[in-house]
Amino acid sequence: MRPDQLLAPTPSGLCCKPGGFYIDPVRAVDRALITHGHSDHARPGHGSVLATQETLDMMRLRYGENFAGSTQAIRYGETVTLDGVTATFRPAGHVLGSAQIAVESGGLRIVASGDYKDAYDPTCAPFELVKCDVFITEATFGLPVFRHGDAAHEVAKLLHSVSVFPERAHLVGAYSLGKAQRVIALIRQAGYDKPIYLHGAMEKITYYYESRGIPLGPFLPVRGAAKTDLAGSIALCPPSALNDVWARRFPDPVTAFASGWMRVRARARQGGIQLPLVVSDHADWDGLTATIAATGASEVWVTHGQEDALVHWCQMRQLKARPLAIVGYGDEDEGATPADEATE
Amino acid sequence: MNRFAELLDRLAYEPARNNKLRLITDYLRATPDPERGWALAALTGALSFRHAKPALIRTLIAERTDPVLFALSYDYVGDLSETVALMWPAPARRVPSPASGGGLGRGPATAPPPDELRSSTSPASGRGEEAKAPTLTDVVETLSSLGKAELPAQLARWLDGLDETGRWALLKLVTGGLRIGVSARLAKTAAAALGEHTAQDVELVWPGLAPPYLELFAWLEGRAERPVTTDPSPFRPAMLSHAIEESDFSTLDPAEFTAEWKWDGIRVQAVSGRDEDGTRVSRLYSRTGEDISKSFPDLADALQHDGALDGELLIVRDGRVQTFNVLQQRLNRKAVTAKLIAEFPVHLRAYDLLHDGEQDLRELGFAERREKLAAFISKLNDPRIDLSPLVPFDTWDALTAARADPASAGAGEDAAAVEGVMLKRRDAPYVPGRPKGLWWKWKRDPLIVDAVLMYAQRGHGKRSSYYSDYTFGVWKSGPDGDQLTPVGKAYFGFTDEELLKIDRFVRHNTVERFGPVREVVHEPDQGLVFEVAFEGLQRSTRHKSGLAMRFPRISRLRFDKPPRDADRIETLERMLDRIEAGRATTVAPAIESPKAVVS
Repeated sequence: MRPDQLLAPTPSGLCCKPGGFYIDPVRAVDRALITHGHSDHARPGHGSVLATQETLDMMRLRYGENFAGSTQAIRYGETVTLDGVTATFRPAGHVLGSAQIAVESGGLRIVASGDYKDAYDPTCAPFELVKCDVFITEATFGLPVFRHGDAAHEVAKLLHSVSVFPERAHLVGAYSLGKAQRVIALIRQAGYDKPIYLHGAMEKITYYYESRGIPLGPFLPVRGAAKTDLAGSIALCPPSALNDVWARRFPDPVTAFASGWMRVRARARQGGIQLPLVVSDHADWDGLTATIAATGASEVWVTHGQEDALVHWCQMRQLKARPLAIVGYGDEDEGATPADEATE
Repeated sequence: MNRFAELLDRLAYEPARNNKLRLITDYLRATPDPERGWALAALTGALSFRHAKPALIRTLIAERTDPVLFALSYDYVGDLSETVALMWPAPARRVPSPASGGGLGRGPATAPPPDELRSSTSPASGRGEEAKAPTLTDVVETLSSLGKAELPAQLARWLDGLDETGRWALLKLVTGGLRIGVSARLAKTAAAALGEHTAQDVELVWPGLAPPYLELFAWLEGRAERPVTTDPSPFRPAMLSHAIEESDFSTLDPAEFTAEWKWDGIRVQAVSGRDEDGTRVSRLYSRTGEDISKSFPDLADALQHDGALDGELLIVRDGRVQTFNVLQQRLNRKAVTAKLIAEFPVHLRAYDLLHDGEQDLRELGFAERREKLAAFISKLNDPRIDLSPLVPFDTWDALTAARADPASAGAGEDAAAVEGVMLKRRDAPYVPGRPKGLWWKWKRDPLIVDAVLMYAQRGHGKRSSYYSDYTFGVWKSGPDGDQLTPVGKAYFGFTDEELLKIDRFVRHNTVERFGPVREVVHEPDQGLVFEVAFEGLQRSTRHKSGLAMRFPRISRLRFDKPPRDADRIETLERMLDRIEAGRATTVAPAIESPKAVVS
């Protein structure tokens, strides 16, 4: 079987014809396998959804009980057989519950890695390498200028700023699902134990993380807090709220943004960010290239992001590589304001 | 160096002055000598060494990266130093052993077992094993003695040892492109805050000091006596004025004041003296104490007096004072050429004498200093230095008339370079800073047009959630009828309450968004008219309208006025013609409801 007979891009997303399923479809389909809970990968309205318990829970939190006709939870390392094609879920290290999906048939194995990172994250299972023939990789940070360094160092920068400006509020923009909880966990690991203020749009998902055994609190809601209480505090909010009317309740805030994009100064300046924190839930250039090499894949399909540079890198190493044009995936820090990111 | 780099990084993003001060003071407090002294030198522009050329940086990166990847990266980042800082490959390092839990994940041992994923080049996988991060002291001391041929290899070694931010700062430093919005004055103010001192205190001892300023820090931290200034031509902190308001006149007695023209040039202090060996040392300082002698060698080198003069630097051609527009063409040039000097000859119009030889005159009253100044200037007999004339008046009405028409009140042909009058109390000593009630400035009425808001941009810091930077335009006829053409940008002049009103208008009348910028509706019968006040106009090839405003600000919101009634470009062109004819102040009658100036 040729690889593109097993998996091929279609307008609805990556389709496995022999297995009768799609991976992270961007339109409603009969049978969907979902890698993780971000809204561009996990959409409502499918006939049946196969995903990790956490991903299913997140979809339920976002879309309500009836987000799909039926659901089936799968554990890391577990394999299902669908019309003779097997699919195995492995941790992708991106956010809680995120998975790579290894699709196998007739001795050919393709790994659709979804979004992934190989950096330390206390809020999710670490990335697990899966050897394969074809590796499908994202390329969000597919340029050699993106090297994300140690996230703990960035959090130390934040805490140092809090000590230099004890009367100002530190307002940290972070994507509500995953990034926010990782930043909080790192803040806690650095020894900060005061309550952290949460934007209303983050409360549900953050408490969900806690319910899965990831301690992050104590928290206080920004809603209803007096300006004087917010002085000297750390507050987390969705990136879109940083420049919103909502931010006016904070006393002379230091605006920080936790994102891999903060590596590039022009990006931070455009957003009016005063304290860029380079914390990414996607693999950086070194992570992408090291992972591709380690999978042993002889063929690489590059999806969303900076495909050109990564395809060029593969070709220099005599790996067959091509961009996979699938419309509809974005980077969670970049896209327009998703419904759940709306302000209180 | 990495710590200094982090300071620069933070300063580059921080717009507020007080916050910059806090960051610098915090750094100086936490950093040992001599590192912090070199940092202070870098911030005050006191470092000098051979700069690296961009071509050298390009060569270094070309030897280490794939050309296609570099081109894609440079295209994305847009800045050479930053691109190189980010993609500089870390030197080969030991691959962490499985027991250390490194390899694939970077961090604590909860990371998965390594599959030799990450090659040895991950920047965070084992920082600084072979190449050590240089200190700023290493960099400065090495560069001061390094031969040109050794620079590339040395630079590469340093880059190997630094992290991304450190590399960025190093490259900015060695290419001379350290633009982070910090003035020398600001850095000195931050240093002063280490102890119970003011910027003036630091300014007074500064001229006698050299990096890395060990004795300065020792004094500031109370570990040593105040350093003794041996500089024969030090800066003396300047005395500044308050803007006068209509209501102030009733409380002031004209007999107690003298008046002189307020010249539209650059406030300078010209100091000259002899050092211990009898060698003459002459300097020109800006009003904040920056040494600007290098920009005006024709004046600085000619100074032969023993003393300190306070005055206005102006361009004078054929005995006639030129406007600020002309002076501006001499400013901010990289090289001061003989041609530039001949074309824009600088002149000092003196209005105060702080030191006469050994004698400090600052405790004397202004009238007494003025007499000594007149004698000093006439003895000097230098065509490049003259006395700023007094404007005679006996009542405030008489002065009002003189201010309205300087040409007839004694300024003659120089009237175009007059931007108002200065009032000085006859008995006022020379007090550093901005003391109340002694010196007043009474600027001429600003120029005013009604313009239409076209684009709004979010501000910074406290204003980051407000649309507070405005681009406005006036009507101009085009092929498709009248169109608005942008003529300027302003981000102050309005009250906090007005800001809220404009912000609300912008949010409710956005027609398109471009990142932090919103295009706001601007149709003949829909839009917001601003009354814009500004101090001057000049021709500009960089602006679409061909005009550039000086010091524009929003002076009134005209929600009552439909955009179709805003001004046309021809109004501005007529103002410019008048300015160039030296009759700027006579524009005033054409303006509806002129206001008292508060600046």
